[in-house]
Amino acid sequence: MSESADHGHLLACREVTVAFAGLRALNAVSLTLDRAEIIGLIGPNGAGKTTLVNAMSGFASITHGSVWLDGVEISRLSPERRAHRGLARTFQHGRLFGDLSARENVELGAIAVGCSAREARRRTHALLEEVGLLELAASPASELSHGDQQRVSVARAVVAEPAVLLLDEPAAGLPAEGLGELGSLVEHARSVRGAGVVVIDHNVEFVLGLSDRVVVLDHGEVLTEGTPAHVRGHAGVAAAYFGTVGTDEAATRTVPVP
Amino acid sequence: MNVVGYLVNAISLGALYALIAVSVGLVFGVLRQINLAQGEVITFGAYSLWLMRSLPTWLAIVLCFAVCIAGSLLLQVAVFRPLRGASALTTLVATFGVSYGLEALWLIIFGPSGNTVSMLTNLNNTVVGGAVALRWVTLVEIGVAAVLLGGLLLLLFRTSLGMRMRAVAEDLRAARLVGVRIGQVVTWAFVLSGASAAVVAVLATVQTPLVTPTFGLNLIIFALVGVVLGGLDHLGRATAGGFIIGFVNSLLGSILPEQELVFVTSLTFLFVVVVLVVRPAGLLAPRSADVERV
Repeated sequence: MSESADHGHLLACREVTVAFAGLRALNAVSLTLDRAEIIGLIGPNGAGKTTLVNAMSGFASITHGSVWLDGVEISRLSPERRAHRGLARTFQHGRLFGDLSARENVELGAIAVGCSAREARRRTHALLEEVGLLELAASPASELSHGDQQRVSVARAVVAEPAVLLLDEPAAGLPAEGLGELGSLVEHARSVRGAGVVVIDHNVEFVLGLSDRVVVLDHGEVLTEGTPAHVRGHAGVAAAYFGTVGTDEAATRTVPVP
Repeated sequence: MNVVGYLVNAISLGALYALIAVSVGLVFGVLRQINLAQGEVITFGAYSLWLMRSLPTWLAIVLCFAVCIAGSLLLQVAVFRPLRGASALTTLVATFGVSYGLEALWLIIFGPSGNTVSMLTNLNNTVVGGAVALRWVTLVEIGVAAVLLGGLLLLLFRTSLGMRMRAVAEDLRAARLVGVRIGQVVTWAFVLSGASAAVVAVLATVQTPLVTPTFGLNLIIFALVGVVLGGLDHLGRATAGGFIIGFVNSLLGSILPEQELVFVTSLTFLFVVVVLVVRPAGLLAPRSADVERV
């Protein structure tokens, strides 16, 4: 693990390439994330969005390039070590512990990174209250609705008060009214510790509405990046993402991603 | 008194096997691997009690705990850690080999005829005499098992270690992703497993003071059958399975005529075979968990 003083960013991916069996899922992708910044990661099916999040969090081995957290290279660290260094993530399918209660699932997120039991309980209570899940706190996670599971999953990542929060499809299956609570959870993470957030979601409008900056991936490469307004008006994005010229209608579509 | 006596004795043996099932189930829970050498940890503890027979009883028991926990951790480091990522079958065969090797070692060091541990002999006094003798050790076994199993429940459901252990048992990969230190949780499972083995070593040597090289093996084989009977992938069910096997075994031993006592083991196994034919996933597993029969 090497250190570099010249990386002023919270998180930096430098020329990251990930190849599976000769196929390049990511090709020399560079991306930076600053403190208290929310980046939206969008792109068509198979663009490499989840692979990039996997590379950042340690679930995909990097073929070339490097990942840096707070000026320290973390490319070769295990997912656990990265979690302990302040990198938390969620998964497309929540991946909660079904036998544990909603409260325990969230508490575990704090305890796993070294938080005391008392502090974990305090933070969990506050978070569950914020997202209106206090009444269901004692229910086994397997018995929660899909939307509630999604919120518990995000709360489990937020409770660790991470420096970097990686959200993979957090709004999947959530009704429109649930998006507001999800947004407030993300804001909580940003405000408490100035966390940088990377969010991927099918719901393009949700991502564009939440993000300070948007990075568009296509075929494992960065197509463009900029403000949500820039991305909305980018003809190449519309062509790659929607297969047509960009319109407001197209931008609000929910694009299925496997 | 006869019926009550039979039942109390059966509960007592069930309690002992439940404790053994816990010691196997704790490790299986977090690693999904069966430790066939767990019986040798019990034997190691029992021999340590014999070796420390000149020490005060309390000190010998404390040292027995230290020996069993050290033995359990040694198995973790020497067998399970190098085989990390190997299939469950590989570990099963490896721990079988270790068990076999250790049994030979006990034979070489302590000989085949056995060594008598004369500790806590007062516990063998009868509480109530008559046709079915009820000994103090029987009641102590039930009490100790109840306290320890209750303590284990508290640990699993009221502590952060328990929460981490349950998370790892349910989905090791997801637990790792959240940041749970898997190595730490696994080590705790081996420590608790070793401590359970020590309790069994103490109680079993009071009940059967003659320690032979197969002392632990005889106990673990039955307990493992009980674990499978209850449902291997759930600590509570595995423990209950251990209890049931001890209970059935003791009850059969009580009600069969003396000349037919040789059939106790066969009948117990027959009971298990019938149960597993009807409920392949285990007697206590949910019906949906039953695997398809070929």
